[in-house]
Formats: sequence, structure tokens, C-alpha cells
Amino acid sequence: MSNNKLHVNRIHLHFLLKQMIRIRRFEERCVTLYNEEKIRGFLHLYNGEEAIAVGVMQALTAQDAVLATYREHGHALARGLSMDIVMAEMFGKASGCSGGRGGSMHLFDSSQRFYGGSAIVAGALPIAVGIALADKMLQNQAVTCCFFGDGAVAEGEFHESLNLAKLWQLPILFICENNLYAMGTALELEQSNQKIHLKAASYGLASQVIDGMNVVDVEAAAKLACSAIRNGAGPHFIECQTYRFRGHSMFDTQLYRNNDEVEQWKKKGPLIQLTQWLKDNHQIESDELQAIELAVDKEIDAAVRSADAAEIEPVENLLKHVYTEVSHG
Amino acid sequence: MDKITFREASRAGIAEALKDDSRVFLIGEDVGRYGGCYAVSKGLLDSFGAQRIIDAPLAEAGFVGAGIGAAIGGMRPIVEIMTVNFSLLALDQIINNAATLRHMSGGQISVPVVIRMSCGAGKQLAAQHSHSFEGLYAHIPGLKVLYPGTIGDARYMLKMALDDPDPVIIFEHVMLYNMEAELPEKQTIAPMEKAVIRRTGHDLSIITWGGCLYKAMDAAEQLKTLGIDAEVVDLRCLRPLDRVTILDSVRRTHKALIVDESWKSGGMSAEVSATIAELGLWYLDAPINRVCSAEVPIPYAYHLEQASLPQVAQIIAVAKQMMEPFNASIRDPL
Ligand SMILES: Cc1ncc(C[n+]2csc(CCOP(=O)(O)OP(=O)(O)O)c2C)c(N)n1
Ligand SMILES: [Mg+2]
Repeated sequence: MSNNKLHVNRIHLHFLLKQMIRIRRFEERCVTLYNEEKIRGFLHLYNGEEAIAVGVMQALTAQDAVLATYREHGHALARGLSMDIVMAEMFGKASGCSGGRGGSMHLFDSSQRFYGGSAIVAGALPIAVGIALADKMLQNQAVTCCFFGDGAVAEGEFHESLNLAKLWQLPILFICENNLYAMGTALELEQSNQKIHLKAASYGLASQVIDGMNVVDVEAAAKLACSAIRNGAGPHFIECQTYRFRGHSMFDTQLYRNNDEVEQWKKKGPLIQLTQWLKDNHQIESDELQAIELAVDKEIDAAVRSADAAEIEPVENLLKHVYTEVSHG
Repeated sequence: MDKITFREASRAGIAEALKDDSRVFLIGEDVGRYGGCYAVSKGLLDSFGAQRIIDAPLAEAGFVGAGIGAAIGGMRPIVEIMTVNFSLLALDQIINNAATLRHMSGGQISVPVVIRMSCGAGKQLAAQHSHSFEGLYAHIPGLKVLYPGTIGDARYMLKMALDDPDPVIIFEHVMLYNMEAELPEKQTIAPMEKAVIRRTGHDLSIITWGGCLYKAMDAAEQLKTLGIDAEVVDLRCLRPLDRVTILDSVRRTHKALIVDESWKSGGMSAEVSATIAELGLWYLDAPINRVCSAEVPIPYAYHLEQASLPQVAQIIAVAKQMMEPFNASIRDPL
């Protein structure tokens, strides 16, 4: 492991591992619940990519803003949304983090500056630019962090947003989760130049590519980028190389890739990588690992129980939240 | 006769067009290797190859615009957009270019492009994947807007659209893809721009299209048991609008109920309603009624999503009310 990781201590590594296990197991339960039809609609899993959300979130403070895609359960949990409100949302319950109106693809929590949950590919990038612009105008010392996939890089909104961010020297961190596919379209079929970080560099952003399967690498890169941004260095771009282990959504027959490729990537998975390193270096005992897994399972069980028991939004409230409610008090 | 699904019918239409005309190609996100987001184009890559079944990157403005350009250049592209909500990224190309080029150039430029897209709610996909914007497209001079609601139309309307020298938008409701029926004979399919009476009746006209057609048919069936004989008019083509068929139906039934999965305000149902009021007011012996979606972005939760959409029970209730003697107090907006 390289030098910039040496300061990382045992307790913190256990914390990172736990965060990734939380996301992995939460989503595994979501699959079961989807098959039981408790969760409906589209369900996009983050399986294999957990190190990115968990690593990047370590660099952010409560004042910072976060925007993500429809594959955002991991980002929501890592940002600090409770499993209870996320699970309730997927169940379509009133206590869900979007009042049951958004579902899996539209998780929000403005109290944590978690601005979704966007299902229009690249649609969140211009919004992120605007939030960063507002923070700059209001002299808030905040970074806006925007997550998106490799597919988004082909959209015009990506290019417009990067240009604006640099032109206005905004405090924004772009995180590209390059998992080599946009649904069933491989990177070489979507990008004329597959070196995504170079596109950002061409707009003048500080840009780099890292191993998105290594949570410590991700954390280190995000922290360096954020401290530069906080010091006024303008927008930064990090391309995280990663892979999704499961289909694009629950409907994917995966005709576009072979199983060998998937198995090869699984060996490099973020959980396996960190667990192995901890074991090899005698940094975790098996009972410690068990305790983490047990705690996570308990948290998930509780979230499912409370989502199951939660009330649905009364149908009389169908038209609520289309506009601001005017109080007549 | 064997039944086929709406999805298979659409696929057969595309395959036939590819076979018959070497200028035809299909372009869109994941139409090839993935097999299409709703599996309409599944298998076509194997049959026709990557030159004619083109996987486009996520670039709606880019590849829709390229389809428009290729049509100008002499090809006959079928552009697929995954979902109508994503077509908003290409609205500039469709409205500012496809719809205007013929006129703006004084008639010199022809844009024979066909743009297909799925639309509609019912799968709990929430507010960025579920909408019905056909009325928005039907607002635009220069475009033609088709909305097949039957297996026969899904199979044969594409060819009519490709034969048309102007840009045609085709909507496919996501809840129809698995619908099964026998495929009717090609000769029985009405011309593209004609509305079709799917069921005759003399008590009232239910005017609808696309995803709401089967709901209207269902409602008409149930109304029959209540002694109400409803006619169902399937518009099929929203622009140009077949006013003659609408007015002819209303002239016979004297009552018009419009069912539209989109919102009422400023929508397609408003256009149909205004058409009847302008040209057929004296045929009516009850106010025009509309069953539309609630004025809210489509919510995720099942019960809220269903509550936001036109339902068979609602159509029946409104139809029954229309058959009763007029009661002004029910309709008092104040
Ligand atoms: C504008 C738009 N076009 C198409 C889609 C359908 N769609 C959803 S996700 C996706 C692939 C996106 O790939 P990528 O950006 O690499 O993210 P990943 O899913 O791999 O995380 C597509 C085509 C969409 N949601 N929005
Ligand atoms: Mg991707």
C-alpha cells in the first residue's frame, strides 16, 4: 500500500469496512424484498462500487452538498441517511425520505444536503454547478460533490457543466463512477476517447483517475481534492475505475458481457480487498468481523420491520408537494 | 390464429421495414446488444448487424439530431428514445429542426424521420420515467403524432410512418407491451391519420387513445351491463387530428367523454374538448367530460400512482353521471 494511506488507523479501517458491508447487505436484502414485491419500480444496485461512495463521503462535512444518480442507495447510506427512512422510501411509505413519492431512484434528505436521487442521466450535473455557485455567492465554505456514471459523459449536460464549473471556478468535486458500461453499452461503444479524466482535464479541471475498488485510495484522493477545493483551487474531477457485479437493474439479462469478466472483477471487489488486507496484516480478528456483520444485519432487520409497519401516505394527500403549501395561520 | 404481443408486433414492424428498405436503420440507446430497454428490438442485431441496429451513447440531442440529419441525407432512420421523459433532452432537435426545416426552407427540405418512444405510467417508476407528453408533441405544426393502442396498429403503423415524407413521432405505452391479441389482416388497418371506432354505441362517445384505450373498452363493457351503450373512439393519430370521426361519433351519441392519461390543463384532452365545443356544440345534450391524470408528477408508491391515473371505475362513474338528467350543482366550480 502506498504512502498516503499509512496514517489510516485500525479503527477507521473497520469503520470503512462496516460502511461498505452495510451497503452491500442492505442491497442484498433489497433483492429479496424486490422478489417479494415489497419494493417495486426500477432497482439499481451498487454492488461492487461501494468503495466510491464510502471513500468520498469521508472527505465531506455536514455543510457540503451531495448529488447522485438512480444507483444511489450507497451514497444515501454513506451520507448518513438512516436505513429506516431509506427502506421506508423503497416500500413507498409516508415515513420514507421522500414521503413515498420517489422510491429507490429518488432518495432525498435536504437536512443532510443530500439532493437526490436523479434518474435523468447527467441531469444532476448542472444542478450541482448551481448549488456550488450559490455556496460561492453566499460565501458558504462548502463543497458540492456530484456522482455520475461513465454513460453520463456522453451527454451534452456533462460538457456544459464542466465548462461552467471551471469558468466560474466553483467549489465542486465531480466523481465519475466508471464501471465500463452504460446499461448494456460498453465504454468503447459510448466514448470516442475512453480516458474520461482527460475530458475533464481538457476543460481545465484538476483531474485524475484512481482505483475505485480501493476504499483507502478513494478516501485519500477525495480528501486531497476537497482540501484543494476548500483552498480556492476550483473544481476537481476524479474518475474511479470500478465495476458493477450485478445487472444494470433487476430486468437485465446481461447479454452484453460474459461471466468470466464479471468473475475476474469480483476478485478485485472492494469488500474482499479490504477484508483481505486487514486479515493479512492482522488488523482484524474474525470475531470483530462477525460483530460488524451482526450489527449490520440487526440494523437491516430493524429497518425492514419498521418499513413494513409504517403507514402509507393518505390518498387525500395526492396533490401535496406539487407547490409550496401556503399557511393560512 | 396465434396471438402475439404488442412488443412482438412492434418488433415485426421494425424487422419488415429493415428487410424491405435498405435505407432504414434503427438507432437508439441499448437497442442492440442489450436488446432494447423494453426488449422491443431484441434479436434484431443478430438478424441485421451493427450497421443497421446502432447502439447510441447517452446523447439524446446528438443521436436524435443525427437521425434528423440522416433523414435529410436520404436515409430512413427509426430513432428509438427509451422513454418520453428522456426525449425532453432532444426536444430542441425535434421542435426547432425536424418540425421546422421544411417550412423554414420554403419547402426545400424533407425530414422523413420516425422517432419511437415508450411512455406512460403504471410500473411505479416515479416522476422521471412515467409521463405522457404526447399532447406536447401534438401541439407542434410540422410533426405527426401516432399512438398505437392495438396489436394491429403496433404492427402496421410504423410502415405508414416511414412512408410519410415528414417527421413522425410514435408513442408506445409501457403497459401495452405484454398485451396479447390476434394479429389482424393488414388490409383491415385504417390509414395512419384516421381515428377508428373500436366499439359502436349510441349513448355516449368515449374518446381516447394509446394506453387508455383498453381502459375505455373495459369501461364500455361494464357499462353495457348497466344498460349504457358506449361508443369508443380510438384517435390513433393526435396530429393531424381526425375531427371528422370525432364529430361524427358525437353527432350520433350526443355525449363526449374524453379519457387521457396526461394532465387536463393545456393537454390533448383540452384540444379534443375544444374541437367538439367549437364544431359540435349543437350535437351535445350533456357537458363534455374528461377523465385525466391528477395534476401531479407521477408518484412512486403504488396507491398514489394508481390514484393519479385514469381508472376504469372513474370512467364508469362519470359516464353514469352523464346519462343522468343535468344537475348544475354537481358542476358548479365555485
Ligand atoms: C437522459 C437519459 N437517457 C437514458 C436513460 C436510461 N438509462 C438509465 S441508466 C442508463 C445507463 C447509464 O450508465 P452510466 O452513466 O454509466 O451509469 P451506471 O448505470 O453504469 O451506474 C441509461 C441508458 C436515462 N435514465 N436518462
Ligand atoms: Mg456505467
